[in-house]
Amino acid sequence: MTIDWPVFTPWTALAGGVLVGAATAMFLLLNGRIAGISGIVGGLLRLVSGDVAWRVAFIAGLVGAPMAYALFTDWPKPQIEAGYGTLVVAGLLVGVGTRYAAGCTSGHGVCGLSRLSPRSFTATAAFMGAGFLTVFLMRHLLGL
Amino acid sequence: MAFFTSFLAGLVFGLGLIVSGMANPAKVLGFLDLGGRWDPSLAFVMAGAIAVGAVAFAVARRRTRSLLGVAMRLPSLRSIDRRLIVGSVLFGIGWGIAGFCPGPALVAVGMGQAKALVFVIAMLAGMGVFEWLEGRKETKHQGGNRPKANGRRGSAHRSGPSRRTN
Repeated sequence: MTIDWPVFTPWTALAGGVLVGAATAMFLLLNGRIAGISGIVGGLLRLVSGDVAWRVAFIAGLVGAPMAYALFTDWPKPQIEAGYGTLVVAGLLVGVGTRYAAGCTSGHGVCGLSRLSPRSFTATAAFMGAGFLTVFLMRHLLGL
Repeated sequence: MAFFTSFLAGLVFGLGLIVSGMANPAKVLGFLDLGGRWDPSLAFVMAGAIAVGAVAFAVARRRTRSLLGVAMRLPSLRSIDRRLIVGSVLFGIGWGIAGFCPGPALVAVGMGQAKALVFVIAMLAGMGVFEWLEGRKETKHQGGNRPKANGRRGSAHRSGPSRRTN
């Protein structure tokens, strides 16, 4: 394993992580809920009355974040190498998978590990392991 | 008020993803590529988030109501079952294919990225498939003599969104 030093950004990663943690803490202590994005989005599809507005508000915050960021400086443009077909397959897998697992990187990865949940440790190990293997297969065995 | 704090939490969460570089799938894939030139940044994002989150959860554990006076809704599911593992593996494969997970994809939609929007629509479709399959299972098992494992799943489902918010 070789570390890609020129692209490794420990300080901004840590600072961004602290912001994510602060948002999680705020949501937990004020709204009494877990800031798990897949659950917030997925729960919207059930259209339970009285359970929609706060979900939409959270998602609006996420989608509006680049605009808030732009008040200070230009946001870094994301590099999306995958083609449209690949993105559709990836999106379907992420949608079905996170709902069956009842959590994603935020719900299990950040919140679950923060509360030392064995369930979330298992989920995080499983999705990270699968992610590592998938990238290894695609980049180094199939050469995609 | 709860509506506003929810928006604010989403906003700060999104800003964190932008600052950390995680709204960029190429950077996420750099972390997942252990066999190539590895970018450990994502681990630092998790560490920063968990350091703050752990304190918040330690405080939350002793409370039954939030600071706004609403009931705390902490996950109560404890089972480590096939659903959890198969679901996580499917998610991990999708994550590894494109480098997007739900939060960063929504932030990238806010950056006007058409590709992120396609991913999000497909993700919503995937979540819809899950709801449909769950709905069918509920109907099929209604009144039936269900096996123990399904009974547990069923009860988790009936408890509604509160248990599934992560």
